[in-house]
Amino acid sequence: MTIERIGPKRLVVGAHYGLKDWLAQRVTAIVMALFTLVLLVAYLITDEVTYEGWAGLFAMQWFKLLSLVTFLALYYHVWVGMRDIWMDYVKPVGVRLLLQVFTILWLVACAGWTVQILWSV
Amino acid sequence: MSEVTTKPARRFTNIHITQLMHYRLPLAGVVSILHRVSGALMFLLLPFVLYLFDKSITSEISFNYLQGYVRHWSVKLAILALSWAYLHHLCGGIRHLIMDAHIGLTKEGARKSARIVFAVSLPLTALVALKLFGA
Repeated sequence: MTIERIGPKRLVVGAHYGLKDWLAQRVTAIVMALFTLVLLVAYLITDEVTYEGWAGLFAMQWFKLLSLVTFLALYYHVWVGMRDIWMDYVKPVGVRLLLQVFTILWLVACAGWTVQILWSV
Repeated sequence: MSEVTTKPARRFTNIHITQLMHYRLPLAGVVSILHRVSGALMFLLLPFVLYLFDKSITSEISFNYLQGYVRHWSVKLAILALSWAYLHHLCGGIRHLIMDAHIGLTKEGARKSARIVFAVSLPLTALVALKLFGA
């Protein structure tokens, strides 16, 4: 019966078949890798790590926004990864739901903290 | 007639965690499970990272305080664990992206790239360890 639901007859309502999360995981990973590269270059071109240099980097508006985008990418990435872990190892649906909800709330809280940190300098 | 005498084929089911030790994990499998372990570790240590970031950036006083704080061996150990997790996850992630482009999908290719992941992430981790604990 399922064999008939292929091609144009495929059931397209309901699930997203995980493609969206799969793609989001890749895109956010690339964003974080690029930000790592930016930080590495910034580290290599400075002679000595000082507070002025470090805070001065984040004092620039474009760097703040770049950091924010990277952190938000990180939190989305973490959500996809942790959801995979909960789905693989936690079988009772109630416990799994609880852990997934906790993960989302936790990451949203972390995002709030990140904004506070970034805009404190 | 032989149909009657043959035993039913063994059905494959999910393995239980206690059976794990009976399986020999190939190197690519080790990279894979460590990718997951390192990711979970970084998730758990997320508040610690944000705490360090907060202290490093808020003021010169908190920055100086942090410089003393990271001298403690337990903090150094946590930073080393995080560094390993980050480096392994990054290298394994790049391997994933390359494989997504259908490069190195053969058994030999996957084994080779798994070896490269360790060859890059472990010496870099050692470098961080040297920087943290070295003279």
